[in-house]
Amino acid sequence: MEYITLIGIVVVILGFALKLDNILTVIAAAIVTALAGGMGVKGLLDTLGSSFVANRNITIFITVLIVTGTLERSGLKEAAAALIGKVKNASAGVIVSAYAIMRAVFAAFNISFGGVAGFVRPLIMPMSTAAVKNKYGEINEEHEEQIKGMASSAENVGNFFFQVLFVGGSGALLVQGTLAGLGYEVELVDLAKAEIPVAIVALVVAIVYYIVRDKRLMKKYYESGNK
Amino acid sequence: MAFFMDAEVTLGTKILEIIFMLTGFVTIYTGIKNLLDEKNPSRVGTAVFWVILGSIISFGRWLPTTVTGLLIIIMCIPAVLKKVKMGNVQKITAEETQANFDKIGMKVFLPAFAIGVGALLFALLTDLGALVGVGAGVLAAAILLMILLPSNKPKVILNDAERMISTVGPLSMLSMLLACLGAIFTAAGVGEVIAKIVGGIIPKGNVNVGIIIYAIGMMLFTAIMGNAFAAITVMTVGIGAPFVLAYGTDPVLIGMLALTCGYCGTLITPMAANFNMVPVALLDMKKRFTVIRNQFVIALIMITFQIVYMIIFK
Repeated sequence: MEYITLIGIVVVILGFALKLDNILTVIAAAIVTALAGGMGVKGLLDTLGSSFVANRNITIFITVLIVTGTLERSGLKEAAAALIGKVKNASAGVIVSAYAIMRAVFAAFNISFGGVAGFVRPLIMPMSTAAVKNKYGEINEEHEEQIKGMASSAENVGNFFFQVLFVGGSGALLVQGTLAGLGYEVELVDLAKAEIPVAIVALVVAIVYYIVRDKRLMKKYYESGNK
Repeated sequence: MAFFMDAEVTLGTKILEIIFMLTGFVTIYTGIKNLLDEKNPSRVGTAVFWVILGSIISFGRWLPTTVTGLLIIIMCIPAVLKKVKMGNVQKITAEETQANFDKIGMKVFLPAFAIGVGALLFALLTDLGALVGVGAGVLAAAILLMILLPSNKPKVILNDAERMISTVGPLSMLSMLLACLGAIFTAAGVGEVIAKIVGGIIPKGNVNVGIIIYAIGMMLFTAIMGNAFAAITVMTVGIGAPFVLAYGTDPVLIGMLALTCGYCGTLITPMAANFNMVPVALLDMKKRFTVIRNQFVIALIMITFQIVYMIIFK
């Protein structure tokens, strides 16, 4: 009954879907798969040990962490805030789009400066709501809700599709390691190159979407009644 | 020492090994500092995790694989029991960062960008490899930080490193453990079993159908699990390799884009709580799905674009 080796996949799906401890889920899946596949305890430990060492490249993120804290201490977030502050006289849609671009460029260089908690909440949202109030004197509650959604979306889209351009990022290293295990050797810089068109299209699509959506919302909530 | 003298080993591999050693030492330092830290609520568990991890990073090449495997299992025990904690760290105040920004201003971007630039330059201009470039970039960033701001002493950088490592915590090792799980799936023959099952449903040999199933499978599988890293190991071993890569398609393009197809799944699922649900709380949104609603169209366009791109350039 060879289907029994699939039990590890069931463990992974259930463990993640039920929000059990992630590390426990992965280790449990590794143990049951190895035992079901007849690898034995020594086979499990050997494969675990050799693949961990073979994938040590992934730990390069710890190397980067060595300077991340001091960058933060030296005013990186304040500098990013000064940069986005240069966007003036813009609508909320344009401000969110500018943030998407900035987040994207920085993600490609593996730099982050606060995310939703540290940057969107204290900076992007006040800038956006101020822009709407300047133009219409007030902000519609539902409009504000959607601007919050778009700003969080800009954080995710910029981050996801551009972090893969950083040569040495965790995602590409995992892909490289997975492919190597299957017998395909690939270079990190080539993996990053393959993502360039995807990243650019994602950013353009996102920007057009935010600006068009914001325009529609403004029409719906502020302008229809005035005509 | 024989490894570093070996003429067969490339210079890039040797330098990378030194980078791993130093990285491991900083990780071990994190463990020891927390062991001696009376403010840490779980000194032993925290130390066990970081010291073992650092030792494997530093000396993994020379440890017997069975020993390494056993160490990994032991290392995960305090992590699963939630016994890896933060100790007493020097929190940064807003006054301090603002004062530092007033001193050096936008020049702080120089060390910030040094790492990515280093990776790119080394990957394109040398044969030492991108990761040696990351290491060189980190070194350059550290030196620049010390020059720009004299208060950034080596001790400050070291303790900031410890603070960051403690902050990201054991969960940061998830992608590493998933990579290991992928290797175990392959060794146990999981790929062949899935290939047999899926082979009964979809026609083998039609690469375009394979690409579509691989891409959409990545998206849906990620949406179910909430984690593209977890999905890609299973999907690549089970679908990507036997139904797409086995037919001579470009592993760089197919393997890498599978990950961003997975990210399209991340954009549409409440399972990815950190990205789609936590912001709802942080920004006081009224409806639970406002973030996902503002990403859904983008995700659908991007999965379509990527499938077409893979089919054309496979």
